[in-house]
Amino acid sequence: MSSIKIELRQQDVDKINEICDSFNNDPVELINVLHKTQEHFGYLPAEVQEVIADKMNIATARVYGVVTFYSFFTMTPKGKHPISICMGTACYVRGAEKVLDEFKKELAIQVGQTTGDGKFSLSSLRCVGACGLAPVVLVGDKTYGRVAPDDVKAILKEYE
Amino acid sequence: MRARLKMETIKLTIDNKQVEVEKGTTILNAARKMGIDIPTLCHMHLHDLNIENKPGGCRICVVEVHGRRNLSPACITKCDDGAVIRTHTPRVLNARRTVMEFILSDHPKDCLICPKSGHCDLQDMANRLGIREIPGQEIAEMSTYRKDTSPSIIRELDKCIMCRRCEMMCNEVQTVGALSAVNRGFMAVVAPAFEQNLEYSPCTYCGQCVAVCPTGALTEVDHTREVLRAIVDPTKTVVVQTAPAVRAALGEEFGMKPGTLVTGKLVAALKELGFDFVFDTDFAADLTIMEEGTELLTRVGKFLKGDKDANIPILTSCCPGWVNFFEHNFPDLKDVPSTAKSPQQMFGAIAKTYFADKINVRRQDMVVVSIMPCLAKKYESQRPEFAVDGNPDVDFSISTRELAHFIRQANIDFNNLPDMDFDRPLGESSGAGVIFGNTGGVIEAAVRTAYELHTGKKLSRLDFDELRGMEGVRQATIDFGGFPLNIGIAHGLGNARKLLDEVRAGRSKFHAIEVMACPGGCIGGGGQPLHHGDSSILKARAKAIYEEDKNKPIRVSHENPYIIQLYKEFLGEPNSEKAHHLLHTHYFDRKAKIIIKQ
Ligand code: SF4
Ligand code: SF4
Ligand code: SF4
Ligand code: FES
Repeated sequence: MSSIKIELRQQDVDKINEICDSFNNDPVELINVLHKTQEHFGYLPAEVQEVIADKMNIATARVYGVVTFYSFFTMTPKGKHPISICMGTACYVRGAEKVLDEFKKELAIQVGQTTGDGKFSLSSLRCVGACGLAPVVLVGDKTYGRVAPDDVKAILKEYE
Repeated sequence: MRARLKMETIKLTIDNKQVEVEKGTTILNAARKMGIDIPTLCHMHLHDLNIENKPGGCRICVVEVHGRRNLSPACITKCDDGAVIRTHTPRVLNARRTVMEFILSDHPKDCLICPKSGHCDLQDMANRLGIREIPGQEIAEMSTYRKDTSPSIIRELDKCIMCRRCEMMCNEVQTVGALSAVNRGFMAVVAPAFEQNLEYSPCTYCGQCVAVCPTGALTEVDHTREVLRAIVDPTKTVVVQTAPAVRAALGEEFGMKPGTLVTGKLVAALKELGFDFVFDTDFAADLTIMEEGTELLTRVGKFLKGDKDANIPILTSCCPGWVNFFEHNFPDLKDVPSTAKSPQQMFGAIAKTYFADKINVRRQDMVVVSIMPCLAKKYESQRPEFAVDGNPDVDFSISTRELAHFIRQANIDFNNLPDMDFDRPLGESSGAGVIFGNTGGVIEAAVRTAYELHTGKKLSRLDFDELRGMEGVRQATIDFGGFPLNIGIAHGLGNARKLLDEVRAGRSKFHAIEVMACPGGCIGGGGQPLHHGDSSILKARAKAIYEEDKNKPIRVSHENPYIIQLYKEFLGEPNSEKAHHLLHTHYFDRKAKIIIKQ
């Protein structure tokens, strides 16, 4: 017996069903369904995947397989202040990786994870088109340019 | 009649020999046709069952195609007209070794204690390719995936080579969907949803994933240790039962030709191993027929009278993999299958009551062991409803493979054992009990008895060829004294799903349906000697089972004298209250529920 007990609100289930219906519950549309659902919920928790599998008549293991294969899907909710570090060529060349490492160290999380208190989450981005400011870091809507590893502590402090 | 289309053929050269093949043939198949053995790992083709796995992932099968810069994987590359192919050039050998070294670099070097050792395709391949060291393995990152032990199956994914055969079996053949490839790169594994343990997935324990896994990543839970302890314990009376399909396959483990019947040697080996009583599950199969056949006649009788509660079709219920499947996928139909327990469980229930009384042994002092071609039986024997005050009717269920290990451990010269006969009373069986091992066999056995009981006439022929064969779904109509009984047969759970969907939609034209979870039936069970991708082995086993039936003096269940005696002394009539209490069961809704917060 499956031990996964789903606890969603009826309106969440309705929303998921509506998204699946909009793609005619067609299994080949699974990736698009997952995209739309993640747009709505911000992430794809196990419970949501179970509802999608049930509605579209696809094995839950398969849905989970797709979610874990593509890096743009996530099963953890984003933090209150999502941090993204640009890994485009310009930023990379100017040391974005060192900056990312510093964030990882300071927050004690990996890319794709969220801190235990739900405050910060970490992700990497493709070029954001602000190469003049490389390396670029986004925290929520705010952009920081020419970030050095030493700046990381100060940036985080702004959100305490 | 339609004129047969002439196949378009092409000509090519493989290893300096000309060959003509049908257009679309892969290099691998063309080479095999010529007797050239190209090594494969991930690829598997069970011709007779129409099952094929070709992800083209491992690249062990690479060959040199003249004019192409890169080597081509033979299992997925189609032959071109006029192609010149070489299968074992130094360049090819070198590439194969490199591929193998890469596969082995993060593979545990556990062969010494691996349950698959000696039967492992990966080990064989390392040997065949002459791998003696694995460059760079000191720095290779080893995967450390947790070990998952379920009631029937152990998953040790550090040993997984991502051939994805198990995924194909579970999804395409069985349509269970318990397993899927998840994650990517180094973290990629085949796992249930959310990487939970198999126990919390819709797995049916059919064991078909285990049957095709080329490595030790998927194996059965080994219970031979517990069995040995029970035999050694002087306070225990140890009773063993052996399923029909075991006798048609065990010989393979000792180098005999597939399809060799070893019934007599099997009995001798079990006596030598120290079991106190060696009985036959076929006896319980006869008992199943008495119960299930009577149920069939009652339901069909009601149906003929126009009773709305007739509950037609009746589905067989002797395959626990199948029972798990409908409990997960068709819980709305859980009143449709027969309530008869499987032969394994009927045997346990009778052994620990009727027989225990006869020999004056208390239930707790009796240990019932079953030898099964099946991994689902391990789980089945552990179901709480099959125990009395926590004491299970069947204590341990071990597979044909486990028994073979056990026999080798005991240094028994299996091939030279004398033929011995089963003990009585629970060792006598009819030919109808034997054919339970084949797809179509249960319904054939039921028809033999139900026909004779219903019409009061003796059948003039007992072989129902229309019920036999290897097609995934079969149907036949049998004249039941003026009433045409429509019978459906499915083996493999994907085929069963097709018939069940029709029943659910109210469109089924069948009165009785037999289902076995494993392709081929129990002869192809998840606990049988590994077929290593050769489906002709399954056909040979099926033939052997029908042969055993033919050789039996009694071929219908209701003429088994010990069955008649059992009803007379103990059970009363088939489907009596006592029979219901001991030999019937009920089913559960195991579908994962979506819970909504109020
Ligand atoms: S035992 Fe059968 S149902 Fe379970 S994972 Fe293996 S193939 Fe799937
Ligand atoms: S578990 Fe076995 S069958 Fe499945 S992918 Fe891994 S090696 Fe292949
Ligand atoms: S077909 Fe036979 S071996 Fe396979 S799961 Fe069913 S009972 Fe077991
Ligand atoms: S056997 Fe051909 S790629 Fe694996």
